[in-house]
Amino acid sequence: MSSQTLIDPSDDVSMSLASNLAPTRRLRDGLFRVLLFASIGLALGALAVLLLRTWFDGKGAVNLKLLENQPSERPQRAGIQSGIWGSLWVTGFCSLLSLPLGVATAVYLEEFARKGRWYNHLIEVNIQNLAAVPSIVYGILGLAFIARGPLDWGPTVATAGLILALVVLPTVIIASREAIRAVPGSLRAGSMALGATRWQTVRKQVLPAAAPGIATGSILAVSRAIGETAPLLLLGGLTFLTKNPSGLDDRYTTVPLLAFNYATSPRAELREVAAAAIIVLMLVLLCLNGAAILIRNKFQRRW
Amino acid sequence: MFIERIARGVLGSAAALSVITTILIVFSLLEPTVEFFGEVSPKEFFTTTKWAPLFRPARFGVWPIVVGTLWVSLIAILVALPAGLGAAFYLSEYARPGVRKVIKPILELLAGVPTIVFGFFALTFINPELVKRFWPVGNVGAYSALGAGLVTGLMILPIVASLSEDAMAAVPQSLRHGAFALGSSRREVCTKVVFPAAISGIVAATVLAVSRAVGETMIAVLASGQQANLSKNPGLGMQTMTGFIGAAGSGDVATGTIGYKTIFAVGSLLFAVTFALNVLSIRIVRRFRQVYE
Repeated sequence: MSSQTLIDPSDDVSMSLASNLAPTRRLRDGLFRVLLFASIGLALGALAVLLLRTWFDGKGAVNLKLLENQPSERPQRAGIQSGIWGSLWVTGFCSLLSLPLGVATAVYLEEFARKGRWYNHLIEVNIQNLAAVPSIVYGILGLAFIARGPLDWGPTVATAGLILALVVLPTVIIASREAIRAVPGSLRAGSMALGATRWQTVRKQVLPAAAPGIATGSILAVSRAIGETAPLLLLGGLTFLTKNPSGLDDRYTTVPLLAFNYATSPRAELREVAAAAIIVLMLVLLCLNGAAILIRNKFQRRW
Repeated sequence: MFIERIARGVLGSAAALSVITTILIVFSLLEPTVEFFGEVSPKEFFTTTKWAPLFRPARFGVWPIVVGTLWVSLIAILVALPAGLGAAFYLSEYARPGVRKVIKPILELLAGVPTIVFGFFALTFINPELVKRFWPVGNVGAYSALGAGLVTGLMILPIVASLSEDAMAAVPQSLRHGAFALGSSRREVCTKVVFPAAISGIVAATVLAVSRAVGETMIAVLASGQQANLSKNPGLGMQTMTGFIGAAGSGDVATGTIGYKTIFAVGSLLFAVTFALNVLSIRIVRRFRQVYE
């Protein structure tokens, strides 16, 4: 990720050379530069339009009533309360499963797995692949085996949380592995030279040193789980539920699912509520992303 | 030593769980898909061109939704590849460190926007304000593959940009210095030195981004429409494979019916395509990676 530029790209030799270029070459270079600026401009501009447009679409409906009211087809009474509780329950359960499992897998692959064994290679390639499986496919898995089929948990918080845990698991594993890999080997060697076992070294040295990186990755994974919608379409979350879930075996809906419901409703006034739900969602994600960046910048040690 | 063994065992089984997940995915897709092809001939599925599995009489020609997916992905990559590559060149070769430090987190922010938000943006802004207004061909309605594709392109742009930039950062400085010393301009260093040296990473990034576009669901469900429509005009609404799965799966389809099995058949096709793309991407990186001293 980090490109260590040895020279400052803005003021090295090439600039002085560029001024001596023949006119057509100079024109081409200028054009190229303009194209690059346009590319960055397109990305940043589109993001700005997206955020502003959503804000102006929904700001009229962002108020306490939105958070307090239960979902409703009537625009004046429409809210997202059950979605907020649903998101909390589902994301909570998802984190409870995916974070320990993800970190454990990362520790195994980085600290315990013997390199060159076929099964360890299989696990690594498999995780790379899982990371790129479309999330809707996880929804199909949940539909076949968990919501219905062998487990038959129905359209519940537990089903949704479990499937989202599987969706974000590769993200947690990959981020945790990077954090663990960044811990220098001298730390491990020192610990083991003092007589610590491998597990003691991991527990007392490696994990504490890798904690900021793992935390950053975990927060990003959790924010992905909060915004994830597609697999839940198949897992019965798409309802105007007017009762908050109060346990793992309760029915649920989430904020993004409610936004989807409001956006696709035949009543155009409900689009404003959809936009407002999206604003709430984006504010939460912005805070989480901000926290992740803060942790990365503040606590991450360079070795 | 007892604790050591337990630790290794517990951690190892956590790692094994990821393999089990893959096996479960394959099995969950396989059984209903096999049953599906017991009722619908593969010939009808792959060669006919009428898609109406939930209607009567049901028709199972998958081509219209495959073409819908192709349109959305093609448009997406046409947006994301040039713009993502441009952004990567800018960040890697042109931007001052201070500017980089500001722009990179903003691109990460773009990568973290949930797809439901992109879908809503496509439905309420891109489709009515851009596509409907400016697309010259045909009678454009509320839904269009073009709008869905443009926004999907925006969604995968950060993937292309950040992975390509990683590949460019791995190109050693000595190559750039050599080219500059021979009198190359900055553009020539970009296009004739950095680009060829980073090409495997860039291609892998592109393949991965295409795979993302093919598997993207919320934008397709919201903005590309629910009408299977085999058309040469991307301004029209077209159902995609993911759009079908999302729409059919969110209704109350009874287990064991042909409609239920169709979800899995399309899911298998989607999984096969994205899996092939992912393997290809990983292979490209492994096979063609230049290792510099």
